[in-house]
Amino acid sequence: MEKLMNWVDARFPLTATYKAHLSEYFAPKNFNFWYYFGSLALLVLVIQIVSGIFLTMNYKPDANLAFASVEYIMRDVEWGWLIRYIHSTGASAFFVVVYLHMFRGIIYGSYRQPRELIWIFGVLIFLVLMGEAFFGYLLPWGQMSYWGAQVIVNLFATVPFIGEDLSILIRGDYVISDATLNRFFAFHVIAFPLVLLGLVAVHLVALHEVGSNNPDGVEIKKHKDPVTHRPLDGIPFHPYYTVKDILGVVVFLIAFSAVVFFAPEMGGYFLEANNFIPADPLKTPEHIAPVWYFTPYYAILRAIPPILGSQFPGVAAMGVSVLIFFALPWLDRSPVKSIRYRGPKFKIALTLFVIAFIGLGWLGILPATELYTWIARVLTVVYFGFFFLMPWYTKNDTSKPEPERVTLK
Amino acid sequence: MSNENVDRSKRRFLVAMSSAVGGVAAAGAAVPFVMSMLPSAKALAAGAPVEVDLSKVEPGMQLTAEWRGKPIWIVHRTPEMLDLLGRHDDKLTDPNSEKTSQQPEYCKNPTRSIHPQYLIAIGICTHLGCSPTYRKEIGAADLGADWPGGFFCPCHGSRFDLAARVFKGSPAPTNLVIPPHKYLSETMVLIGEDAKA
Amino acid sequence: MNKLLHILLFLPLTAFASGAAVPLDRAPVNYKNQESLQRGAAVFVNYCLSCHSANYMRYSRLTDIGLTEPQIKDKLLYATDKVGNTMSVAMRTHEAKEWFGAAPPDLTVITRSRGADWVYTYLRSFYRDDSRPTGWNNTVFDKVGMPHVMQDLQGHLAPVYRSETDHEGGTHQVIDRLELAKPGRMTQAEYDALVGDLVNYMAWMGEPAKGKRLNTGLGVMLFLFVFFLVAFYLKKEYWKDVH
Repeated sequence: MEKLMNWVDARFPLTATYKAHLSEYFAPKNFNFWYYFGSLALLVLVIQIVSGIFLTMNYKPDANLAFASVEYIMRDVEWGWLIRYIHSTGASAFFVVVYLHMFRGIIYGSYRQPRELIWIFGVLIFLVLMGEAFFGYLLPWGQMSYWGAQVIVNLFATVPFIGEDLSILIRGDYVISDATLNRFFAFHVIAFPLVLLGLVAVHLVALHEVGSNNPDGVEIKKHKDPVTHRPLDGIPFHPYYTVKDILGVVVFLIAFSAVVFFAPEMGGYFLEANNFIPADPLKTPEHIAPVWYFTPYYAILRAIPPILGSQFPGVAAMGVSVLIFFALPWLDRSPVKSIRYRGPKFKIALTLFVIAFIGLGWLGILPATELYTWIARVLTVVYFGFFFLMPWYTKNDTSKPEPERVTLK
Repeated sequence: MSNENVDRSKRRFLVAMSSAVGGVAAAGAAVPFVMSMLPSAKALAAGAPVEVDLSKVEPGMQLTAEWRGKPIWIVHRTPEMLDLLGRHDDKLTDPNSEKTSQQPEYCKNPTRSIHPQYLIAIGICTHLGCSPTYRKEIGAADLGADWPGGFFCPCHGSRFDLAARVFKGSPAPTNLVIPPHKYLSETMVLIGEDAKA
Repeated sequence: MNKLLHILLFLPLTAFASGAAVPLDRAPVNYKNQESLQRGAAVFVNYCLSCHSANYMRYSRLTDIGLTEPQIKDKLLYATDKVGNTMSVAMRTHEAKEWFGAAPPDLTVITRSRGADWVYTYLRSFYRDDSRPTGWNNTVFDKVGMPHVMQDLQGHLAPVYRSETDHEGGTHQVIDRLELAKPGRMTQAEYDALVGDLVNYMAWMGEPAKGKRLNTGLGVMLFLFVFFLVAFYLKKEYWKDVH
């Protein structure tokens, strides 16, 4: 066995990689609940890739066959219903996990120097994931698939001057059609997953280069054992965090299986009632709303009134509401990273932001009445205020001094 | 961090337990994915047993039906044809149909059939999967004066008699396969299903 | 295109207000009640399948509700159909469009989009309306193109109106309830039971794997619970080292 390992190591850095990323990668010992979601995001990625591969074995990216092929998977393919429910639930689970992962980054300042690139790669992953989800949502070719795609592609049509041509380029037709379905299939099953995998790889490489942040927001590399040069507050990822993450995985799988087996439609939020009707280009469903994970941005879109008859300001605001995450490392001027040592101003701002985000998400599901539109406008201001006012309220906050070493509970 | 007072046997046990449970989880999760690659209900429906009306087959003629995408030959053998069958056993690789995989038990007989006048066989050469042609003319010029009538595979020249038994010297190693079948009436046969099933 | 986008974004405003006015009755759906499912399948084949298809549903799948293949063949299939076929319909789409104004939709997954309660209420809410080309209207689906195909069973219902005042002070007539004007071959209770069986079958047909899904789920949850215990003690044991 040892001989074999030596043979491999002379040709491939197997032992060195294992040490660098697992057995001798030192992670802070004070990770809490919020630190499960990184490994869970990786798990969901694997679940989606595997279930997706098996779905493509029976799915047909053709406007005349797509809807029927999904029902074929649900009925005629042995266990096909399970694979499909895993994939549809996995899409929503991905966003649940990623939103919580991003929230962790915000409360503990994980985007701060020296981890700006990790954060940027992460936001890129989030953007690609949104595209991946959008393309995938068209594939069942139901009414919601069709009209959801119709609305989102038409958003691009509002871009001044080039919009109309741009939306035609995206669709490959004047409306969402067979050509659109076919190219969305290509983007969904190969182009975006490849990019996603690449981004996940650089996200992890960048993380392991600088080391993980922690709930205290202090750098464990500052205090090393003089003899071994190991961080005093670090523990090897393997076995400590592998066994901890396994526990997290099992708990996640319990929740995930509960949805897959007992509520795959999740009250119409994971699989929508209208999507059991085949796409009909001549008949718009009565109530269109995007899938829940897009609704906060959708609510922002609807909250901005058209200017000079153009929807573009709303579309631009929606775009900015997502892209603004990139700027977070440079907007935050606080002397400390973690919420544990920040002052009340940041805590209030963050609370308002969470209320705005969830509130907008909720309003995005509801039909736009006058009252709701006004609430959405207020929440949109709060949403952007969190980011644009951040340089001021973080600088003038009364933060507590960070400790030298991490604390355990 | 300290490693004193570690109960190594307890850890070994827990690691073994976790590996076992995790292994079961992985295997269990793989089952539905692997099983999804089996023929679907649609494929099974398309491969369902087919009924063939034998009254349409004139004596001496061949009819080709389809079952699971394969050609099924039905040859109405005349008494003369049946008479010739027993006269060339020495030239055959497996005259008594000893190889059990090539026919159901109830067709392990000299005519390889339930009712001797009807040969029912899968028309796929056991060599490389071509479909042989029906050559009933006795002593055909290109097949030699002693040709008793049968099937000739154009791909590699395998020869079979009218009970779909292979002649020695053919590239095909075994007799043609007789599919499971049963008679629903005198003239209706169901291919793909046994009487016992 | 901008206009279309505007409509799509803000259309829900008006559309939502008009929907969900009629309270729906609760459909007696129970995927485990095989007798009910079998009766429902027979009603479905006799009354629905002449115009509507269920193109994703194979007859052979009916073995899941306790029917045998010979039973399916004898009772539910046309002579030329095979058990492995799907529940397709002979009527061609363009002919159907001429007859009804719109092609009758495929019914395989209709209960998953409309809901069993809606279908149950809909099938019991046809009333006579001579202004409609078919002579029929429906309280939950106004101006529906479909005639009342089970009128000989239910009989004819006629609407009873009451006046209602709107916010602007104008009064107009709205349907208060439906009353039996001409009895059919069945009592109301019998007809409700028949439609109940039919909707139960249609709900089952929407997701025939449901029973298997719930049973498998139970096993998976039990297994994961065991896995949780093992993983919990494994983590606890190793984390004794961390102080």
